[in-house]
Amino acid sequence: MKRHLLGLCLALLLALPAAAQDRFASALAGLGEGFGQTAEVAERLGALGDPRAIPLLRALQDGTLRRTPAGAVLLPNGTDAATGQPADATGAEPVRINNRVRQVLRGALGRLQLISPDPAERLAAAEAVFRSPAPENVPLLQSALTQEREARIRAQLELALAASQLRADDAAAKRDAVARLGTAATTEARALLIEARAANPEIATAIDVSIAAIEQRLALRRVVETLFQGLSLGSVLLLAALGLAVTFGVMGVINMAHGEFVMLGAYATFVVQELCRGIPWLAPWSLPLAVPAAFLVTALAGAVLERGLIRHLYGRPLETLLMTFGVGMILQQAVRLAFGAQNREVVSPSWMQGTLMFPGGIAMTQNRLWIIVFGIFVLLLVVAAIRFTRFGLEMRAVVQNRRIAATMGIRTGRVDAMTFAFGSGLAGLAGVALSQIDNVSPNLGTGYIIDSFMVVVFGGVGSLAGTLVGALTLGVVNKVLEPYAGAVLAKVCVLVAIMLFIQRRPKGLFALKGRAAES
Amino acid sequence: MSATLASPAPSGFGRMTLRLVLIGAVLILALLPVLNQMPTDSALHVSDFVVTVCGKWITYAVLALAIDLAWGYAGILSLGHGAFFALGGYAMGMHLMRLIGPRGVYGHPVLPDFMVFLGYQELPWYWLGFDHFPFAILMAMAVPGLLALVVGYLAFRSRITGVYLSIITQAMTYALMLAFFRNDMGFGGNNGFTDFKELLGMPLNTPNARSVLFYASLALLLGALWLCSAVTRSKLGRVLVAIRDAESRVRFLGYDVTQHKLFVFVLSAVLAGLAGALYVPQVGIINPGEFSPANSIEAVIWVAVGGRGTLLGALLGAFSVNALKTWLTTVAPDLWLFALGGLFVAVTLFLPRGLIGLFTKAPK
Repeated sequence: MKRHLLGLCLALLLALPAAAQDRFASALAGLGEGFGQTAEVAERLGALGDPRAIPLLRALQDGTLRRTPAGAVLLPNGTDAATGQPADATGAEPVRINNRVRQVLRGALGRLQLISPDPAERLAAAEAVFRSPAPENVPLLQSALTQEREARIRAQLELALAASQLRADDAAAKRDAVARLGTAATTEARALLIEARAANPEIATAIDVSIAAIEQRLALRRVVETLFQGLSLGSVLLLAALGLAVTFGVMGVINMAHGEFVMLGAYATFVVQELCRGIPWLAPWSLPLAVPAAFLVTALAGAVLERGLIRHLYGRPLETLLMTFGVGMILQQAVRLAFGAQNREVVSPSWMQGTLMFPGGIAMTQNRLWIIVFGIFVLLLVVAAIRFTRFGLEMRAVVQNRRIAATMGIRTGRVDAMTFAFGSGLAGLAGVALSQIDNVSPNLGTGYIIDSFMVVVFGGVGSLAGTLVGALTLGVVNKVLEPYAGAVLAKVCVLVAIMLFIQRRPKGLFALKGRAAES
Repeated sequence: MSATLASPAPSGFGRMTLRLVLIGAVLILALLPVLNQMPTDSALHVSDFVVTVCGKWITYAVLALAIDLAWGYAGILSLGHGAFFALGGYAMGMHLMRLIGPRGVYGHPVLPDFMVFLGYQELPWYWLGFDHFPFAILMAMAVPGLLALVVGYLAFRSRITGVYLSIITQAMTYALMLAFFRNDMGFGGNNGFTDFKELLGMPLNTPNARSVLFYASLALLLGALWLCSAVTRSKLGRVLVAIRDAESRVRFLGYDVTQHKLFVFVLSAVLAGLAGALYVPQVGIINPGEFSPANSIEAVIWVAVGGRGTLLGALLGAFSVNALKTWLTTVAPDLWLFALGGLFVAVTLFLPRGLIGLFTKAPK
């Protein structure tokens, strides 16, 4: 029994295309027998919704469609449009069209592209139909909607459908369309509703409700997107400032070459990418590989800088500042000579490219999301290193009381070097992240160094929590101000605000209390 | 600050020699515009380039003096003095722009070219008065002075010292740079001001104008030197040095540390502004790049190289570093940044008292 049923189903399935073919073939009757009939055929094909009509109508548009004296329609490649088989082309004449046919063709093609196998073409068609709404599009759009799977195209189709329904005379369909537009969250839907409000005074209240709903969603989306951009900028600042929180915040060494360490990290990423380029299976993973590489390179540079130069200037912060600035200059110029002054490109791996769409039309670029994740990862790494490792314990001991720590057998000089190397390595990690969103150039770091110092000063020197809150606050405030004041003025405002903030709380947001605060 | 710095007025043979060298250098400098007028085939002829470059260096030396007054004597390491210099330069630049009048490319009787280009209908209010030379000079002093007053008051009142003050002042000049890069500020955006025509009725780029500007700069330098040495020799100067070396102790002794620091910071900013005002007509351009933090810190290194805490050191540093820069950037441009960076490292590590420390004995 079961087997029979299955056979029946199969037979039905096989019969379906045959039936469609019949309708397609019969729709072709009359093509080329005068302009009026050709136009009718085009109209019929457009309404039929068969993808095979697309090349046929295109050929008709281009004047490359031919018709044999026997009445067969030949495509430019010489096949019979009705059967799909090669056909005898003797005596075939091009089918002629006039302006009226052309007009019908454009409409028919536009509607047919809604079911094209190419998603880009479908989207373009949906947009085209949206721009020229007409009641006769409704059934076509409805059938296209039943087949459409892609969310973006569906949304555009819904919009086009609602626009066409609003032009129809059917009051129920209009109300339905208004209600569905209310669930969208796009400026286009709002514009459509505002337009419809003037033409349909009888459903004005329903339209107003939908407009209010859309505006609420748009506002929410703006808030979410601003927040996302702010967090993304904040995590960049956090990455750049975390290293400073260790070298400046914990050790009290002011390192003006920190920005150049960030730049070194970005160049290490570039070098790793170039090395991996020759090995196909490794190439997509060059970025994760660059993370330890950049850390090691900059940590080594930091250790050399601390042991070679900085330790001679302990207790003289102003001299340290000037000296490290000089080191930064030398590093910048060395990289400029080695790699050239022009920007180097670090390609994002495919799994980091593209944009994630969230419900409500909220768009987030993947690489920015990854940077937020990476920022959290590095923060946890720092917290863990300071709290739970022997190195962290020794580091805290040396900071609290260098001499007692030394008497306990801690080699304070080695701890200094390692702490500075750790902070510098964090700068290298920031460089890996920045290579994804900024130009890798020798002066990459200069743009971030002042902001990073602001983060550390604002958050409170020596406090990781302060650095986190400071970075995120500065990022979000920057992005919130940007639409009103422009990017540059927003930055100026933030700088001024921090200078004023330090008036109230000279020790920053998270001031150290107790003994540690006195030094 | 460290106690190894030279005290304000050490005496001794080295000091006397230096003073003689200074007088000799000033005389030679004063002769330059005269030698420039000699016939070109004369052995004593000095090219226009040398006169302009030396005029520029003199304004740099004034800036160095200003920084030294704040850093060397009061321990205020400002990394934003380039901003005061640039603000003075912009004030002079606005005057020079007004003097172009209808000779601009667009031929507008009042508006400078860039304003016509950006579609301004009338002069912004803050450009009024800049057609008068005395007003422009007043602004070249008042604007940097006021900025220093506000920033200094906020910073010194909350006892922001050391590197924190340095970072704040660096952020200040950075913020100003970003602001001046904007077209809608009304200061010419990233092109700044250029194509100046005349000053005080003298067409620029003539030997006459060059000499006048050169002597004006030299006069400013000597005036600034006299003023700084008067300040540092006075009781006020002694208090400043005491603040530099032990700020809390001075405060406990009953001195108003904030007011002292504020005074010297504002004075220093005014000097820097005047230097900038004389710099701009000599180089013929001012743009937001002058606000870049790197410029300010480069000026600080002149003082460090020469020897901070001594006025002669600031002059020596400004001239020697800039001479090195002019020479190296023509001979081996790639090496200049290495040399400058190396100077930062070498001076801080090996020459804490600067070049002047090579000639004078360290005080006990």
